Amino acid sequence: MKNYLNVITAYSIMLFLIIMVGIFQSWSIALSILNYCLISAVMTMGANIQWGYAGLINFGIMGYTALGGLAVVLVSVAPVPEAWSVGGTNMLISLFLIIAIVFSIKFILKKYKNNKYRNYLISLVIIFGIILIRVVASQGIEAIESVNPAKTGFLGGLGMPVLFSWLVGGLFAAGLAFVIGKIALGLRADYLAIATLLIAEIVVSIIKHEDWLARGVKNVIGLKRPVPYEIDLQTSSWFINMIEKLNQGKLNLINSVTEKRDVLNQLVIDASSVYVKLCMTGFFLTVVIMLLFVTQKALYSPWGRKMRAIRDNEAAAGAMGKNIVKEHLLIFILGSAIVGIAGAMMVTNDGLFTPGSYRPMRYTFVIWVMVIVGGTGNNFGAILGGFVVWFLWVEAAPIALFLINFFTTHLDDANSLKVHLIESAPYFRFLMIGVGLLVIMRYRPKGLIPEKINVK
Amino acid sequence: MELLNAIILLLNYTIIPALTYGSQLALGAIFVTLIYGVLRFANFATGDMMSFGTMFAVLLTYYFQSIGVGLGILPTALITLPFAIIAMIFYMLFIDRFVFRYYRVNKSAPVQLAMVSVGVMFVTQAIIRIIIGPFDRRFLDGEKFILKASEFKEMTGLNEGLTIKSTQAITVVITIILVSILFWFLNKTKTGTSMRAYSDNEDLALLSGIDPKKVVMLTWIIAGFLATIGGVLYGLDKSYKPFVYFNNMLPIFAAAIVGGIGNPFGAFLGGYVIAFAEIFITYAYKKFFTYLLPESLAPDTLVQLLSTDYKFAVSFSILVIVLLFRPSGIFEGKKI
Amino acid sequence: MTAGYGNGPDIISSCSINVDRGEIVAILGPNGAGKSTVMKAMLGLLTLKSGSVILNGEDISKLSPQDRVKKGISFVPQTKNVFAELTVKENLEVGAFLREDNINRVIEEIYDLFPILKEKSSQIVGQLSGGQRQQVALGRALMIKPSVLMLDEPTAGVSPIVMDELFHHILRVKETNVGIIMVEQNAKQALSISDRGYVLVTGENKFEGSGEELLKDPEVRRSFLGG
Repeated sequence: MKNYLNVITAYSIMLFLIIMVGIFQSWSIALSILNYCLISAVMTMGANIQWGYAGLINFGIMGYTALGGLAVVLVSVAPVPEAWSVGGTNMLISLFLIIAIVFSIKFILKKYKNNKYRNYLISLVIIFGIILIRVVASQGIEAIESVNPAKTGFLGGLGMPVLFSWLVGGLFAAGLAFVIGKIALGLRADYLAIATLLIAEIVVSIIKHEDWLARGVKNVIGLKRPVPYEIDLQTSSWFINMIEKLNQGKLNLINSVTEKRDVLNQLVIDASSVYVKLCMTGFFLTVVIMLLFVTQKALYSPWGRKMRAIRDNEAAAGAMGKNIVKEHLLIFILGSAIVGIAGAMMVTNDGLFTPGSYRPMRYTFVIWVMVIVGGTGNNFGAILGGFVVWFLWVEAAPIALFLINFFTTHLDDANSLKVHLIESAPYFRFLMIGVGLLVIMRYRPKGLIPEKINVK
Repeated sequence: MELLNAIILLLNYTIIPALTYGSQLALGAIFVTLIYGVLRFANFATGDMMSFGTMFAVLLTYYFQSIGVGLGILPTALITLPFAIIAMIFYMLFIDRFVFRYYRVNKSAPVQLAMVSVGVMFVTQAIIRIIIGPFDRRFLDGEKFILKASEFKEMTGLNEGLTIKSTQAITVVITIILVSILFWFLNKTKTGTSMRAYSDNEDLALLSGIDPKKVVMLTWIIAGFLATIGGVLYGLDKSYKPFVYFNNMLPIFAAAIVGGIGNPFGAFLGGYVIAFAEIFITYAYKKFFTYLLPESLAPDTLVQLLSTDYKFAVSFSILVIVLLFRPSGIFEGKKI
Repeated sequence: MTAGYGNGPDIISSCSINVDRGEIVAILGPNGAGKSTVMKAMLGLLTLKSGSVILNGEDISKLSPQDRVKKGISFVPQTKNVFAELTVKENLEVGAFLREDNINRVIEEIYDLFPILKEKSSQIVGQLSGGQRQQVALGRALMIKPSVLMLDEPTAGVSPIVMDELFHHILRVKETNVGIIMVEQNAKQALSISDRGYVLVTGENKFEGSGEELLKDPEVRRSFLGG
């Protein structure tokens, strides 16, 4: 029981903090933070499976997140028939060419196992293939991008429900993880970290610059939602009635009819945003609980034991006949898929896809800080890490501002140091996260909630 | 004549910029590789450490400019270098004393040190942004060009102009001097040899009486030189923006790994491999071929393998290819 | 000259070992007898619970490994005993890291002892053969002109031909008036070139005597040499 006590305490404190934000700032902000905390928790769980269960460092989180986001666009946005008609065939041929290149490389690898010209042959195929693709695709791309560039200029998606895209996001990420895993999993830990980071950069730069795919840095806005829109809620009578009932006491105190209507109006507007966010929270919470259930089960299953055995002593596990490479690949794919789902969730939550915002700082390193801070190898810890670090990340600037004001009260308001510090308040979040990470790594290297393996 | 024009064109738009950029990457890559070889971890704070050193140079340049101290045609930043390097070394030694040393003494796994360096990265980035802000800054003064395109055209009568910016010349010259001194030091001096010995076989180095503390300190001092000078040269040539420096870490890592991590000479060459590949693959050769080919064959597309948007992607792809086929780097074998 | 040692923790208890200049002493014993631990203790890689290490009449028990090396104890580990990425000459130079004087003369002496090293002086050690590497390892350890040279299982994983060559070299080193302590599994061969031997059993030196004596001792034969 004592084991669970600190978990419960930690989560209660976290909940309390979010409630405090709700009371002192606004419930809408508190729920946004909570939603992002939940998304971060999913990402952290993905990274934690790879690092905590198998000791794999994946600094490519950013790439999987972006792919998950891309999935939302490709699945839920309505297709752009014009674009398909002008450039669709070219793009399909290019896709076919890419597949052909991959298979011919596979064929060469198989057929000419010991040929010294093999690598030259492969590079020849790749270079020739790229030139061919460029010739075929460039016309298509030009045509697609010129179709109403201000609004579309891309192929659009499949027009399917957005929740389905979460699954697809996971699949995309899994596919990428399969490729990366095949390439890089044999490397030592720190090489793997660098390689995954760089490959993720490649993925993001492709998403950023291939406008025909998802408009690149021009962003896709107004994405579908699995929850109602605020504006619809504000005009539907059941919602207004509900708000009226909930605030009966408060409204009855107001005498003037017009004033009453204004207050009610304002309440409805506030409540609609809270309601939408609450719906999102419901979806996210479902995902988190499902994942938590599955990962906890997996952790204590024979498979989980095997993974820990491999993590703690690769050589011994290998000697006992465990297929380490295969297991590592599997876990790499699973973890990445979870991150992909989180990426899709995030874009759904925001309602827009902004490829330019995928930066390693925010989407790789901060997530890693969450993993380390929470407690590696422990799912409850991972979720907590997501909550704590995200909360700090968001609230760092207000906290810093408060501290700066507190320590510089004796200074004049026009004092250049004070002005400078107040201007740089947003950057204190890096400082807090960094110092937090260093302190945790030094004094609590196993995280806030350390891994506890109970023999059951 | 046409051939000459074509050569000048390539020289102007690819070779000279690639040499410059390659030198800047090379210094960073040697920094990464030294830390990896001696202290045995991948330093994710590389870009931000370079940024930190450069920040001092920028601030001091502004100060010197305000009191009217300068070098005439040379950039003022060159006088500030020694001060910036000293500040950088102090910062590095400070970090090492209070952060890295603990893990080294406890013989932590390299992965753990790499994670710690992520923490250092966050902190350094925060300090930089709090002190100087995230903005783009130019701090180049003095004569901007050694050779202007128009002068060159007048001199030679060619169609194509050749521009040599003073920052390009300064970068290449300083890199050559610095790297020569470094390799002389590592190969020809007793201390340098002891550093390499420590990097090769730590236990045996201890048994031979090499003091690990001295080696570690020396490594940070050399790192301070490389990081600051590399950062300042990059900033003079392009501009100083903290975010860009953080991002530069990626091609620098690529260069270090391509050259065989832990191998300074490999890292040096790796910098140029990455730079040349990036620029050659993303350069549009249309004009080049227009000069060389008869008019009927002149290309009407850009003749560009990849668009410049993919500059970074090129270096990372090279890295992936190297990892696939030669994980120990292109220049394995003799390590300097 | 004595190198004494006594009453370590649990691994070795009250055993004492000494060696004179120009003498080869073999430390033998079954696996887990604490042979390597004895060496580590003498080098200062382990702290003594009691007892002392005395070199040339001076107590060096409190010194750090580096300082002990300075005083004249040199050690050749079992594995990774050369700088594989450095040249032969650089290996020797690093071996003499603590020497302030001109080391070229010493390098010449090592070359006299191991002529092959002179030939390969600018080659990377990683590219040399196993036997040549062992010579580099010995040469590196001799560069500080030690009074005691400790070898940890020099014949482990070495082919019989190389082993003969190696023993030949060890005997040549002995002629330069160095005391040699050698930990060995390969008891018969080791004793054949040793002046004296110690047999360690569970951290205590059970038997001691000249090579011949030990080889003849029925109890030693039974418990350790395998009859």
